Amino acid sequence: MDQLPLFNVPAHWTVAELTRYLRQLLESDETLQAIWVQGEISNLARPASGHLYFTLKDSAASLRCVMWRSDAARLRLPLQDGMAVEVHGGIRVYEPQGQYQLQADAIRPLGEGALYQEFLRLKALLEAEGLFDPARKRPIPELPRLIGIVTSPSGAALRDMLNTLRRRYPLAGVILAPSPVQGDEAPPGLVAALQTLNRVAHPDVILLARGGGSIEDLWAFNDEGVVRAVVASEAPVISGVGHETDFTLADFAADLRAPTPTAAAELATPITMLDLQAGLTETASRLEAAISALFDRQRGLLDGLQGNLRFFSPLRRVQTERQRLDGLSRRGNAAQAHRLALEASQLEGLQRRLSALNPLAVLSRGYAVVTQKRDDKVVSSKASVKAGDDLGVRVTDGEFDVQVTR
Amino acid sequence: MVKSVDPQPVDEMAYEPAFAELEGIVSALESEQRPLEEAMALFERGQALAKRCAGLLDKAEIKVRQLTGEEIEDFVEE
Repeated sequence: MDQLPLFNVPAHWTVAELTRYLRQLLESDETLQAIWVQGEISNLARPASGHLYFTLKDSAASLRCVMWRSDAARLRLPLQDGMAVEVHGGIRVYEPQGQYQLQADAIRPLGEGALYQEFLRLKALLEAEGLFDPARKRPIPELPRLIGIVTSPSGAALRDMLNTLRRRYPLAGVILAPSPVQGDEAPPGLVAALQTLNRVAHPDVILLARGGGSIEDLWAFNDEGVVRAVVASEAPVISGVGHETDFTLADFAADLRAPTPTAAAELATPITMLDLQAGLTETASRLEAAISALFDRQRGLLDGLQGNLRFFSPLRRVQTERQRLDGLSRRGNAAQAHRLALEASQLEGLQRRLSALNPLAVLSRGYAVVTQKRDDKVVSSKASVKAGDDLGVRVTDGEFDVQVTR
Repeated sequence: MVKSVDPQPVDEMAYEPAFAELEGIVSALESEQRPLEEAMALFERGQALAKRCAGLLDKAEIKVRQLTGEEIEDFVEE
């Protein structure tokens, strides 16, 4: 039996000697002192000491692990049984129990390692090609007529998106391009769905979506072919993959990234039914206002014209002439009346003077006119009469005869 | 300027073009002096468009179809 150079190999081993031998063998192996081991956590124990004890297992084997308090204090993720993780550390042998175990100094969720390296490599490559360039991104139409959806036909994501679209903007039509969204079939399925949807249906916008899941579940959305299909899409693409905190390469390539499928459906319908109804009501009342303003304006013009028409109408001239005539005739009448009045008063004066001169007028005051009957001469002196003369006496209301007696 | 040459029958119009034409008519009536008869005709078409739009909003129901290979078929939700 060949002898290892480092050890004296006794003919008969004690348990301690064998265990120490194994310990030195394992702990001197550089590879075993800095390894990442993948597995699922089970039998997790946290005693008062602060150290962590658990078993890492997969379908075929299990590995005891310990993490000292100082390392455990630096853990960023809360561990629990069943969690798939990658554990970093070195193999140690615990002699009292004859057990080898992994002395862990770091733990990360499974997939963050190799997958993340691949993610970063591809991201850098595609970024250098300009596929994530903001200048390349297209605007999302405000009123999509046809919305394409690329997702699993059976997932909750589809139901969420349809409910959101139905609530916000039921005027749109929807075309689903079904595809597996996880596993090996997902990348070619997503690429085919994007291509066929564009070629056959020509949607105005495409929602590329998947509900939440582990980083492996979402991995198809980091596939280079899927990223290129997003970039090549004729219609702008809104991605809604996983949760708020998940970023995939498809998100970087999409024209718009939504944190969830529901949010993607919201971003695809920036204007909702409520907005449309409000806009329609406002526009309809503007229509009414515009036509009434027009009628008011016309009515104003018409009123003005009618005013002009009245002002210049022949009827108005006739009226004017009549008025003038009335005026003239009034003035004529007045002059006439004045003259008549004047003449009347002159006449009256003359009559008054005439009546004053009437010799008979004095008779009314008791005077009488005496005349000789034989010659009708007025007797104005006693010398012209003698006894026996017949005289006529005229008083105011008649005549009578008298005889001179002496 | 709104053209009234060969107007599309209002009852066949989709929401977006109907609303766009309605807005055009309103702007035209608000800003342009037009013969009254022409304005009335525009107004009546505007009213028909507004009614059409309101009707489309009232009975809007999303239509979901799906691609099966290269064919577009009705989609039945589970």
